[in-house]
Amino acid sequence: MSEPIIRHYGPKAYSDHPPFSYPDYKSTVLRGPKEDLLTIVQTLSETTGPGPVWSEVSEEDADLTTNAGTGGTAIGERIIVTGRILDENGNGIPGVLIEIWQANACGRYVHWRETAFPAPLDPNFIGVGQCLSGENGVYRFLTIKPGPYPWGNHPNAWRPAHIHFSMMGPSLGSRLVTQMYFEDDRLFPFDPIFNSAPEPSRVRMIAHYDHDLTEENWALGWRWDIVLRGNTATPFETDDE
Amino acid sequence: MTKHGETPSQTVGPYFSMRLAGEGQNVLSTRDDRIVIEGTVFDGAGDHIEDAFLEIWQAGPSGRYNHPDDTRDLDLEPSFTGFGRTASDFKTGQYRFETLKPGRVPDPEGAFQAPHISVIVQGRGMLTPVFTRIYFSDEQHANADDLVLRGVPESRRHTLIAELQDGSSPPVYRFDIRMQGDDETVFFDF
Repeated sequence: MSEPIIRHYGPKAYSDHPPFSYPDYKSTVLRGPKEDLLTIVQTLSETTGPGPVWSEVSEEDADLTTNAGTGGTAIGERIIVTGRILDENGNGIPGVLIEIWQANACGRYVHWRETAFPAPLDPNFIGVGQCLSGENGVYRFLTIKPGPYPWGNHPNAWRPAHIHFSMMGPSLGSRLVTQMYFEDDRLFPFDPIFNSAPEPSRVRMIAHYDHDLTEENWALGWRWDIVLRGNTATPFETDDE
Repeated sequence: MTKHGETPSQTVGPYFSMRLAGEGQNVLSTRDDRIVIEGTVFDGAGDHIEDAFLEIWQAGPSGRYNHPDDTRDLDLEPSFTGFGRTASDFKTGQYRFETLKPGRVPDPEGAFQAPHISVIVQGRGMLTPVFTRIYFSDEQHANADDLVLRGVPESRRHTLIAELQDGSSPPVYRFDIRMQGDDETVFFDF
């Protein structure tokens, strides 16, 4: 074939996402654009993206309880986090690179900038992992439940427990970085980052405990589906039926 | 068919470099004919942003993207992904990419766009990503015909043009990103 395939997707649902400036999260005020975004037509530059060229992922990368490579096992509540990567029509998207990073069970990140919070590091936990979504968009990680941790946004500020998720979908517009939260976290009302998302879409960031996923004598199961912008149906398919 | 709402974006936070900006991911090519793109990310007070996260996506020198939808019969160096990412420097707010200058990509009117690189800007204190494009100061003719640039108010067009610096090898293009202010970079919705 000599003509590229252009898969146009619908406009970004900005109303599903946080605003650029959300003053309760202080750092946003000077860091988001004030001018209106300039609307451009989608070209090959927008309908393609870096997702599909990433394929070098090993199975060990999806197990954060052992991927520190020390031979030891991370301390904490062992959990399975699984779900599907979906497009806006609910189709599973295979081959999406999913990268995660998180604090350890005590709420401590393995990062040189983390110096203020006197919580212990775990030598057997580095807090990063990755996998590719499989058939039907299914992904799965084994990790430990991160602890909440304090931050400097306002007095006595604590982040609810969360795992950072980065998704490289099939197109530039489907790029998504978000955070997965755990249902019933008592810190939700106090967290401006969680609450920056519009109320109707906030629940889409919350994983639910699922006893059917829980494995006997091994790990508790949490389910979380992620919806990326766009429609991955080929241009030859139609949504009419 | 029920439309599923998008999962909301959240900030990458201060610790994204644990995973997202690994050593060397800002170098897309080490070929002799590579180019360097460097600049600083600024906030609305004019201060550099010490923890911005930049990702770039571009076609190769032939104008072809390393993507299954780009089925054109054009050269494609398999090792050139067209994707790079980096954190801005914590002390200076500077970033740097080494890459190949992209070729021209078709536009929807049957012509070709000027060489450009797509940029996704995120960072601590940014809840939703913004998208911009890097064009090149030594592509004046192509830039003048470019569908996207033509739609940008002339007074703001320069915010999208990386300036070729004098006398460096490999050639260095400077591209600063201003999130707010008089010279706010043009960000796109598409």
